[in-house]
Amino acid sequence: MKEETPFTRFRKEFAESPLAVLGLVVVLIIAALALLAPLITPQNPYDLAQLDIMDGRLAPGAKSADGLTFWLGTDDQGRDMLSGIIYGLRISLGVGIGSAVVAGIIGSSLGLAAAYFGGRLETAIMRLVDLQLSFPAILVALMILAVLGKGVLNVMLAITLVEWARYARTARGAALVERRREYIEAAECLALPRWRLLFRHLLPNCMPPLIVIGTIQIARAITLEATLSFLGLGVPITEPSLGLLIANGYQYMLSGKYWISFYPGIALLTTIVAINLVGDQLRDVLNPRLKR
Amino acid sequence: MTSWLLRRLIQALFVVLAMTVIVFLGVNVIGNPVDILISPQADQAERARAIIALGLDRPIWEQYGTFLWSAMQGDLGKSFVFNEPALRLIASRMPATLELAVTAVLLSIVLGIPLGLYAGLRPQSLGGRLIMAGSIFGFSLPTFWVGLMLIMVFAVQLGWLPSTGRGQTETLFGVPWSFLTRDGLAHMVMPATNLALGNIALVLRLTRAGVRETLPMDYIKFARAKGLGPARVLFVHVMKNILIPIVTVIGLEFGSIIAFAVVTESVFAWPGMGKLIIDSINVLDRPVIVAYLMMIVFLFIFINLIVDLLYTVLDPRVRLDSRE
Repeated sequence: MKEETPFTRFRKEFAESPLAVLGLVVVLIIAALALLAPLITPQNPYDLAQLDIMDGRLAPGAKSADGLTFWLGTDDQGRDMLSGIIYGLRISLGVGIGSAVVAGIIGSSLGLAAAYFGGRLETAIMRLVDLQLSFPAILVALMILAVLGKGVLNVMLAITLVEWARYARTARGAALVERRREYIEAAECLALPRWRLLFRHLLPNCMPPLIVIGTIQIARAITLEATLSFLGLGVPITEPSLGLLIANGYQYMLSGKYWISFYPGIALLTTIVAINLVGDQLRDVLNPRLKR
Repeated sequence: MTSWLLRRLIQALFVVLAMTVIVFLGVNVIGNPVDILISPQADQAERARAIIALGLDRPIWEQYGTFLWSAMQGDLGKSFVFNEPALRLIASRMPATLELAVTAVLLSIVLGIPLGLYAGLRPQSLGGRLIMAGSIFGFSLPTFWVGLMLIMVFAVQLGWLPSTGRGQTETLFGVPWSFLTRDGLAHMVMPATNLALGNIALVLRLTRAGVRETLPMDYIKFARAKGLGPARVLFVHVMKNILIPIVTVIGLEFGSIIAFAVVTESVFAWPGMGKLIIDSINVLDRPVIVAYLMMIVFLFIFINLIVDLLYTVLDPRVRLDSRE
């Protein structure tokens, strides 16, 4: 019989929850949609030549003058909602994943450094983390955007500054346990350079909790971006994310034209819930305390 | 106790000072105050005069000193839009936000604790599982989208509740309140529910976890063995012990409820400070932004202090001095 590698065991344990597998499949489909957007959408929502203002605010299933069917209706500019949503996913996922990853790199490095070096550095970093976490994310992001103004990069910067602290706390917690292990002592005896010790020896062994936090932070980043864009502080109108699409439809909802807000919301919701399902299962599988 | 309080107050003072530096630098160094404070139609001579009048030609530390000095006297500048002192403007919008936030907290207690008790006592029942599954949505749904859906269903489709605004208000202590009139209450139902959802889920989960942890304890078995009724065991013996974390979390969450009111107020056009700050950011009304940020920092430090104090009242085992 073939020997069980850690990866096959991980795969088997992950597959024990059908919901999590479903979540993973949905995440992969959404990611594929976002990546392949220009190839699969019926319309390029940014190409003004393809839009016809006469098609504005059509109900789902209506047909345009030249025979294109708008399965999810159109917005006030006569833009196909389905295409708009798929392009919006691109921006939402891009901003969410991008800022969660940058925050992860910064936060984990600081957390590792705090745990490894200790002393004043640790106190300084962890005090900053405490201060950061005592204010709600939305408020910190609001402060930053109030100063910097809107824009894709500014939103990413705001989300990064909001999220790094959680990684730092997690990384420090894991690293405090790991740094007392013998392999670290062995590496120290080999007189390896500090950076190598930190990133080649300590970091890989602290990865499991960071991966779990990472998935959940991506979902949080996507939600935060959508909220900020909804408030009009996020991405500019030329690069509409799901949150901005929802905001655009808000004014038409009171007159019963629900689809302009409703469908982007469903897309946002599906994305967030799917990522959270994967994250939940990862937490159970990667948690050594729950090992069967 | 006194020395602890003193230490905490000094710590708080440093946080406030740090925040004034951050806010001041943010507005005056990263953003250019000349562009913001002086009308774009002004000519060169007018600009130069305004720069001197505003003290923008002075070194940055001197400007900060002036800012800090007037801030301590409660002067954070005048709103460009409303032409009113920024602090007074925010104070006038605060009751609307507080009213909404307090209602949301009450809702999360009134709904969260009973639901959590039920789910904790009957974890395997259909109801218990449904409650837990539902609470996941309370966490993961974006607040603003839930708000929109509430409007769509209850205001547009069913027509049961008014969609936006504060409704009719009644004055009490010189401040208008919505909760004193029927119309105002009707206007409050949806925004308060929307704001409370995440917290209902949180309180519910905490209560459930607390009940599950407490029930197998010896003192509960003993209380039952001596013949106490299930109601007394639950409400006196179990509740007393699980309330401590719940009260803490509710206290700490009060701050984030006020922060999240920004979102809810925007969705429901509720005229509180959250809506004010979003409008101010959109038109770059900097004095109001600065005043709001300072106000929020004060509020947060105050809330954290109160929660820490409450801890000792609720659980005599906690000694503040030893926690340092």
